[in-house]
Amino acid sequence: MTEIEPVLPTPTREAQPYWDSLREGVLRLQRCADCGQVRHYPRPMCPACHSMADDWVEAAGTGTVHSWTVSHHAFHPAFKRDLPQTFVTVDLAEGVRLLAPLRGDAGRIAIGSAVQIEIEALDDDWSIPVVRLA
Amino acid sequence: MATIASKAAVTGIGETAYTRGTDKSILALQLEASLAAITDAGLHPTDIDGVIVYSNGVTVAEDFITNLGLPDLRFSATTPMGGASCVAALQAAAAVVATGVANHVLIPVGRTGYSGERIAARVQQVPQFRTIGEFEMPMGAIAPAQLYAPMARRHMELYGTTSLQFAEVAMTMRQHALRNDNALMTEPLTVEAHQTSRMIADPFRLYDCCLESDGGAAVVVSRTEAARDMAQPQVTIMGVAEGHPDSPSTITQRPDLTQLGTAKAAPRAFEMAGVTPADIDVAEIYDCFTYILICQLEDLGFCAKGEGGAFVEGGRLALDGALPTNTHGGLLSQAHILGMNHVVELVRQLRGIGGPAQVPDAEIGLVTGYGDLGDGAVAILRRGA
Repeated sequence: MTEIEPVLPTPTREAQPYWDSLREGVLRLQRCADCGQVRHYPRPMCPACHSMADDWVEAAGTGTVHSWTVSHHAFHPAFKRDLPQTFVTVDLAEGVRLLAPLRGDAGRIAIGSAVQIEIEALDDDWSIPVVRLA
Repeated sequence: MATIASKAAVTGIGETAYTRGTDKSILALQLEASLAAITDAGLHPTDIDGVIVYSNGVTVAEDFITNLGLPDLRFSATTPMGGASCVAALQAAAAVVATGVANHVLIPVGRTGYSGERIAARVQQVPQFRTIGEFEMPMGAIAPAQLYAPMARRHMELYGTTSLQFAEVAMTMRQHALRNDNALMTEPLTVEAHQTSRMIADPFRLYDCCLESDGGAAVVVSRTEAARDMAQPQVTIMGVAEGHPDSPSTITQRPDLTQLGTAKAAPRAFEMAGVTPADIDVAEIYDCFTYILICQLEDLGFCAKGEGGAFVEGGRLALDGALPTNTHGGLLSQAHILGMNHVVELVRQLRGIGGPAQVPDAEIGLVTGYGDLGDGAVAILRRGA
């Protein structure tokens, strides 16, 4: 059987530190170096104060469920083996959200359920955040 | 203050046959629909001096100059809002003809959603999906069904909205399609069939999702004074507006997952039109998913946030209901022609040529577009000047 290529990101310049951190196994978030607001997904300008200076903070790796879906159709061959696949919209402790696939049991998922973030490798170069019910 | 309220009219409508399978190109489908709309308006192609092309880059204004033989195109634009593009284009066209930039603006769309590339491949090419492409698609969240499902799930958890209420929407659209010769779905849909259809992205089952279809549709927008002497009964654009949601590039980061750009557009459109939701005789509401129609009913002000599920119960959207909606069968059961089929159908209703799906005495109607992860557009039209 032919190996199916994973769907990989094409990073924007501003998001390169995000992807670099994930490869190191750490979830870091972009923060405005002037007003301190954390923003996600990464972008050039702080929408609060319009500063273009940023730094990166390590996320606590905890959050709660804001919403979710269970996907039963892959829409890309790379994800067929994962079906059914739960995707969780997470309210991170830092005040921004993350969309990530659920690992482990989804049994009692509900809005507000506590989750933990883990980092998972797609291949040698790319890693993504995944969530597990706490 | 200057306004475009009632300064423009939809003077021509055109559609191809809607199919599942075609040998025609997207451009050919658009040209066929365009010629039908221009002819319907009583115009000659050389009268067209403005064109708003669909924003996916498949066709460009030059294609219409070249094929229709337009001698002097004075205005060209795109309104890159996915399924909200067609109604947003009505706003742009109304502004353009009201101010004399152009006289007759053609808005063509066409797609080969069935015969060409499918939805997952198409959205990966849309610039407005770039953020999703970088951060969400690598995890497997690729198609609108997957990306929109968390909005529906949260609505259900917060407000008690149910899959049976989704089914009511799907069944009503199907009933309307059965009255339409140019609809793809030709068999009734039962609640059982809906409830047992395969799950795509929970809570969306197969029959919560719109069709993939082939076809083209187009309209011509002209200045109101010109419309009076044109070929068809006048249909005036009373009010029209577009709205972009908070966090337009990604649903995940949106402060309120249950609100669309429609919530910003609707008050503007109603105010411009000088009417309220109670004045609407017939509605054509973008229905890429059953839930998206329900959410728009709330954002439009037909009911309060959270009450959309209960609102659609008891046949309220049916032809003999309080708010006859998607009288052509919608994207769910007629065809997915980017919502231009909704615009065409509303004009037909207001001209009184709705055939077996005609709403008696339809005088004022509303049409919406929705797309690109939350953009909304609303137009309110009336028959006569």
